[in-house]
Amino acid sequence: MPKDIDAKESGIGAASKRREDIRFLSGTGNYTDDINVNGQAYVHFLRSDVAHGRITSLDTAAAAGMPGVLRVFTGADFEAVGGLPCGWQVTDRFGEVMQEPAHPVLAQGKVRHVGDPIAAVVAATAEQARDAAEAIELDIEDLPAVVDMKAALAEDAPKVHDDLTSNLCYDWGFVEENKEAVAKAFDEAAHVTTLELVNNRLVANPMEPRVAVGDFNRATGESTLYTTSQNPHVIRLLMGAFVLGIPEHKLRVVAPDVGGGFGSKIFHYAEEAFCTFAAKALNRAVKWTSSRSEAFMSDAHGRDHVTKIELALDADNNFTALRTDTHANMGAYLSTFAPSVPTWLHGTLMAGNYKTPLIYVNVKAVFTNTVPVDAYRGAGRPEATYQLERVIDKAARELNVDPIALRRQNFITEFPYATPVAVEYDTGDYVATMDKLEEIADIKGFDGRRTESEKAGKLRGLGVNCYIEACGIAPSNLVGQLGARAGLYESATVRVNATGGIVVMTGSHSHGQGHETSFPQVISEMIGIPEDMVEIEHGDTANTPMGMGTYGSRSLAVGGSAMVKATEKIINKAKKIAAHLMEASDADVELKDGQFSIAGTDKSVAWGDVTLAAYVPHNYPLEEIEPGLEETAFYDPANFTYPAGAYACEVEVDPDTGKVTIERFAAADDFGNVVNPMIVDGQVHGGLGQGIGQALLEGCVYDEDGQLLSASFMDYAMPRADDVPFYQVDHSCQTPCTHNPLGVKGCGEAGAIGSPPAVVNAVVDALRSAGKDVTHIDMPLTPARVWAAMQS
Amino acid sequence: MTKVSMTVNGTPMSGDVEGRTLLVSFLRDQQGLTGTHVGCDTSQCGACVVHVDGKAVKACTMLALEAEGAEVATIEGQAAADGTLNAIQAAFQEHHGLQCGFCTPGMVMSAAALLKDNPKPSEGEIRHYLEGNLCRCTGYHNIVKAIMAASGQDVSAIAAE
Amino acid sequence: MYEFEFARPASVAEAVKALSEEDAQALGGGQTLIPTLKQRLAMPSTLVSLSGIDEMKGIHSEGGQLVIGGAMTHADVAEGAEAYPALAALAGQIGDPAVRNRGTLGGSIANNDPAACYPAAVLGSGATIVTSAREIAADDYFQGMFTTALEEGEIVTAVKFPQPEVANYQKFLQPASRFALVGVFVARFADGVRVAVTGASEEGVFRWGAAEAALATDFSADAISGLTVEADGMIGDIHGTKAYRAHLVGVMTKRAVAAAS
Repeated sequence: MPKDIDAKESGIGAASKRREDIRFLSGTGNYTDDINVNGQAYVHFLRSDVAHGRITSLDTAAAAGMPGVLRVFTGADFEAVGGLPCGWQVTDRFGEVMQEPAHPVLAQGKVRHVGDPIAAVVAATAEQARDAAEAIELDIEDLPAVVDMKAALAEDAPKVHDDLTSNLCYDWGFVEENKEAVAKAFDEAAHVTTLELVNNRLVANPMEPRVAVGDFNRATGESTLYTTSQNPHVIRLLMGAFVLGIPEHKLRVVAPDVGGGFGSKIFHYAEEAFCTFAAKALNRAVKWTSSRSEAFMSDAHGRDHVTKIELALDADNNFTALRTDTHANMGAYLSTFAPSVPTWLHGTLMAGNYKTPLIYVNVKAVFTNTVPVDAYRGAGRPEATYQLERVIDKAARELNVDPIALRRQNFITEFPYATPVAVEYDTGDYVATMDKLEEIADIKGFDGRRTESEKAGKLRGLGVNCYIEACGIAPSNLVGQLGARAGLYESATVRVNATGGIVVMTGSHSHGQGHETSFPQVISEMIGIPEDMVEIEHGDTANTPMGMGTYGSRSLAVGGSAMVKATEKIINKAKKIAAHLMEASDADVELKDGQFSIAGTDKSVAWGDVTLAAYVPHNYPLEEIEPGLEETAFYDPANFTYPAGAYACEVEVDPDTGKVTIERFAAADDFGNVVNPMIVDGQVHGGLGQGIGQALLEGCVYDEDGQLLSASFMDYAMPRADDVPFYQVDHSCQTPCTHNPLGVKGCGEAGAIGSPPAVVNAVVDALRSAGKDVTHIDMPLTPARVWAAMQS
Repeated sequence: MTKVSMTVNGTPMSGDVEGRTLLVSFLRDQQGLTGTHVGCDTSQCGACVVHVDGKAVKACTMLALEAEGAEVATIEGQAAADGTLNAIQAAFQEHHGLQCGFCTPGMVMSAAALLKDNPKPSEGEIRHYLEGNLCRCTGYHNIVKAIMAASGQDVSAIAAE
Repeated sequence: MYEFEFARPASVAEAVKALSEEDAQALGGGQTLIPTLKQRLAMPSTLVSLSGIDEMKGIHSEGGQLVIGGAMTHADVAEGAEAYPALAALAGQIGDPAVRNRGTLGGSIANNDPAACYPAAVLGSGATIVTSAREIAADDYFQGMFTTALEEGEIVTAVKFPQPEVANYQKFLQPASRFALVGVFVARFADGVRVAVTGASEEGVFRWGAAEAALATDFSADAISGLTVEADGMIGDIHGTKAYRAHLVGVMTKRAVAAAS
């Protein structure tokens, strides 16, 4: 496949304009809340307002008699129904499986976090449902809440789940066999740098709140769920098989236009199961639309790690060992993929871009009386990158060496490279991305800019870091051994119509990524037909083959590869048909620009002639091949892909107030081959916005009683347009992935992974330039925190 | 129930509403104009921005009855009758100023209000003006760029394409 | 929201009458009240909209004072109060453009949010609040967080702002809500200086007397260099400690003085 060619007008490498924009720009998108089913009723969930308590009485009689109320559901209605399943089982460092609590759809006896659903009122209107919910008579005996992870592990800590032995979900060691060797390396080290830090709890906050509409057709026995999901097939499998016992052929899950996900719409949520269940029970569609305030206490949160990291170096400043000790908050229940995030998506990335020979990662996952925590853009990889790149920066300061030089000195330079944390990087060039970064960030000009800032009374700092990501988590047989309870392949059906147009039905889901534009670019390139002859269908289990959906920057690397495989099958078959039409051997047929030809002759047939022949098989080798032109492929990758890059941030700090301003931000990424550079830039921009948000603004905060203090946009600071600058992004360094057919690596999470350490490194640099002995500030670096750090 | 009447995108529309019916509910639920979105309940995200008598307002923080007799403009009325995008919409597509599309209607309506008052806003003025419009996908880069382009400014020197 | 009746009177007299009904509540621009209603934190029987009352609109000068109608939106004031630039600038910093097109002066000061901007201007200017029943001096009007001298059913129909020689408002944003984490309005008059602080205190907007005294003799940022407000009594929350807010009061006051000088 060709590299990114800016001048290209179509196909791979072209900055094709997004076709989906037309409907979004004209107000004709079809989001879940835009879907209304005839006769639908509305549900309002009564949620716990305490973090931990025992339900001593729950009387719904008065509520049931309120105007418009169809039925009030409680946990008792779900006793015969399965709980929400967890999709990943981690085995701890002693060989024991994790503690896995039940996760009921509606509370059974106890509530375990503010927002835990207790009862659900279904009524003719949303306001009637809410009115009636207020009439439910509920008594809760308050129990002491555990919020802090270390306190939750104390002997006498209150237990979130009475039937578990403690609040410890698992104690994971990786690689456990390395533990002693790592300890020895630390004993022998010339220098050890230690850093304790918090990776702040975040709320994903896609702009579209979650919505679920359950429907039931009594005549066919079919249930339909319209939902804001990144992976409708996964919801169908989890909800159908594990919660409600509905076989897939009687359950359709539709995720139409979805207004952003960032991980939070991967998971199977109670509200989806409820609406599907209630629609059947009432024989009437049931709709739930989350308010933003409700989202803060019911969407899975992200991050929330507390880590101590130690880096050992020899006398020549080579990294000799790395050791981390992390507490990872699971919240009150295990969300769908929560256990995998601090383990296999985090520990495996601790080598970063560096040839550290010995690494040991310990993670204690802890239950607390808070909203469940699960994957958020980057999921485990930002946590790994942040601690590693922060401790390297601290080491450079302690050793009085240039932070860029220290990184360069320790870069992995030969590929493939097997890390001491069980993964093999197939390819990369970290020197090239750092070179590119130094160029686009104008690192040389920094001193001059610092002088200018100082003249204006501001402190200026430069922060640089690298990152590596593992995308397209796979292969399925390996992840199965690691505890995944699902496969991680992707699927595509390529349906060629008689007149040559193509519909691709994919299990990948687009909720902002632009698949409807970029996927056709690939097929256009392969066949040589215009992009607009290809349509992408996704998001409806009734129309698309079983797929695993979109997360972990996997869509093009995995879903795109499935599409390529299916298209290769199409081309092979089409060549046979073309060979028949041209009375030649199919081995001699070439396909270029939508024309089949025989080398060295003037024989040719057009793409449309072949597709027509496939469906009007009059002159056709029926004895050799079937009519029609439709192929399906499932692609299971041999390895992860490993995008990597180098980021630089320049900040100004107002010494009077502690206010940090991002003055410049540069990102040099290696995504391998790029299909649509415009979309790739946009993905990086968005990741940077979220990473800067994490670093400077966003923090989900509970008080000691488990009350959520940052419960709306009034207190949870979202990045706004004036919080960020224009970004300088570049992806011209391209080492194509060696094991997928497109040579692509994935770009969706890079920005969010690579940017937080750059920002914090820059702020520390700025404060130190003013002589402040500051080595670390925990995110978010609010003005108040920066100012406080400057006072100490 | 009280009857409310207003002109939406040039078309007279009316319906019976409760006192508590929000303008956004009137548009979405009663008139089927689902292009205007609801992204929060504290009047901050701006996904619901429409114009009432020429001024940008948050349709989730205005009662429908307060719009009695008003001229209301929504995202559905921005393109030409034949579907041709207006200059702002076209610039958003050209410069990839949207991803998931959920904040987009509010962004476009806010941008239109800005350019009416300030036909050639600076980068800083645009960023400041968008204080009440949250986007979680784009990092704002291409939104700001698109608005600059829509106002006829040369954006070719802006970092990254 | 709970259901309520909606009334849109055309005069102050009609509005006062409508508000005499039990649990009736006035609706200004609704930019705070409607989100509050959505949370079901208020349960009015009737919402009495003040948006249709012409006598509460307009900006004019009267006896050396700038009189602004209580129903004037923040955008109206930002655009129309050019006679009092510091006030216009303050109005232009409230909320965001769409909020400014609905939110009103009267609504803001009737609510008296401890982090709102307008109370700083009203108190810092020594303005007079004109209500449906009387006139109230700003010093008597603000009585603590969300508390004012207004009686039940009393409407802010206008505010009379004396025009200072120089004035300036400095707002340090709470990063999430974009209300004032600390906002300081400084106004110098021929007979003295007023310094009003919003966002900082658990008691709501307050005058910083020590700074006023120092600035009355020397209207310069240096004049208040040694002065601090007590951290005790400041708001401490996830956005800033009491000590940080106390510190910001000094910083913002100096900046306001410098900008006004």
